[in-house]
Parts: sequence; C-alpha cells; structure tokens
Amino acid sequence: MSATLDTIKQQISENPILLYMKGSPQLPQCGFSAQAVQALMGCGERFAFVNILENPDIRAELPKYANWPTFPQLWVGGELVGGCDIIVEMYQNGELQPLIKQAAATNATEEGDA
Amino acid sequence: MNVQQRIEARLGQLSPRFLQVENESHLHHVPPDSETHFKVTLVSEAFEGLMPVKRHQRIYGLLDEELAGPVHALALHLYTPREWERRHGEIPASPNCRGGGRIA
Repeated sequence: MSATLDTIKQQISENPILLYMKGSPQLPQCGFSAQAVQALMGCGERFAFVNILENPDIRAELPKYANWPTFPQLWVGGELVGGCDIIVEMYQNGELQPLIKQAAATNATEEGDA
Repeated sequence: MNVQQRIEARLGQLSPRFLQVENESHLHHVPPDSETHFKVTLVSEAFEGLMPVKRHQRIYGLLDEELAGPVHALALHLYTPREWERRHGEIPASPNCRGGGRIA
C-alpha cells in the first residue's frame, strides 16, 4: 500500500469532520471549495481541512480511493458525504448541521472517555 | 463529437426525464472555447432510493473517460422526478471561480 494512501486513511479516521479542498478556509482557491467552506462554517463546529493544491500526492490518490474525481470532498465520521453540490444542498435542506453537530458531539464524548 | 455531446450521449443511458448539460468553462481561467467545466442537471427515476453520494458516483462511473481526460470540474444536480416537481424546475447556480487549479 502506498504511503499516500496510508496518510489519507489516517486523516479520514482521525478527523471526524474533514474537508479536502483547494486553498484554505480563509483563502479558498476555487469557487466550489469556497461554497463548501461557507456551508460548513455555517454549522458552527470546528473542522479539519487539507489543501490539496499543496499536497499533489493526495490530490492524485484520493479520487481513486474515494471513487470521487473532484474536490472539495467532505468526510464525516470516516464516510464520504460528498462534494460542493451535495454539501450546499444538505445545508439548505437543514440536513448538514445535525450531521456535523452529531459528529462533533461523538468526537467530544470519545475524547472525554479516553 | 465534442465533449459536451459525448457527455449528453453517455448520460442518455439513465433515460432522463430532463437533461441539461451546460459548458461553464467561459467562467473560469481557461482558453476560449474550452470544454473543461460543465454543469449537469439530470432528472431520472434511476435515482429513486439512492443517497446523493451514490447518485453522483453513478454519473462519475458513466463519465470516467471524460473525467480522466478533458473535464476538470463537473457540477451535478441530480433529482428524481418527484424531487424535480417539488423544485418547480429550479436549477442551482454555480459559484464564481477563485483562480485555483489554472489550466495552462
């Protein structure tokens, strides 16, 4: 297994709310990533991000692993939720916030138990 | 056949009730007449009972050659006929470009 794939799996398992994106939440470098960040920030929980423009190995490997060719990608609780279109639609439907809140709460409980 | 026509032809396999493929490349930092950024709105019974991720992956599977080649961005708005009716045919807009991932 490649080292990059190990890194990806580790990132996904260790970060309950993780956004792979172009740029950073402060300075998104793509309109689709910017929209995803905006929706995620609207949920009011901390989230991790990986700037794939600075990580070309992840940019190349993740689409194959995820069966998802484009960025951004939102991973919650180790599962792919989707890209910009899905994130924004879920946010507008009121489905994103409970998912994010639940992931953050589950993580807090686990850390408390440790 | 250009890229847009290929996309339309492949997506025909889902027997769409409604299909609109828009070339949005002119909104991005690419040369004129590029075929790199597309937006697809598709209404099909094939999406009934499928979570959003699975619907998108279904499309990615049909367009794997295009996505491995010329197509750089693909906005997808995928609905069942019932969902489409509830939306009254309203299609979400795509965001503006922010300059990342330029194609020379």
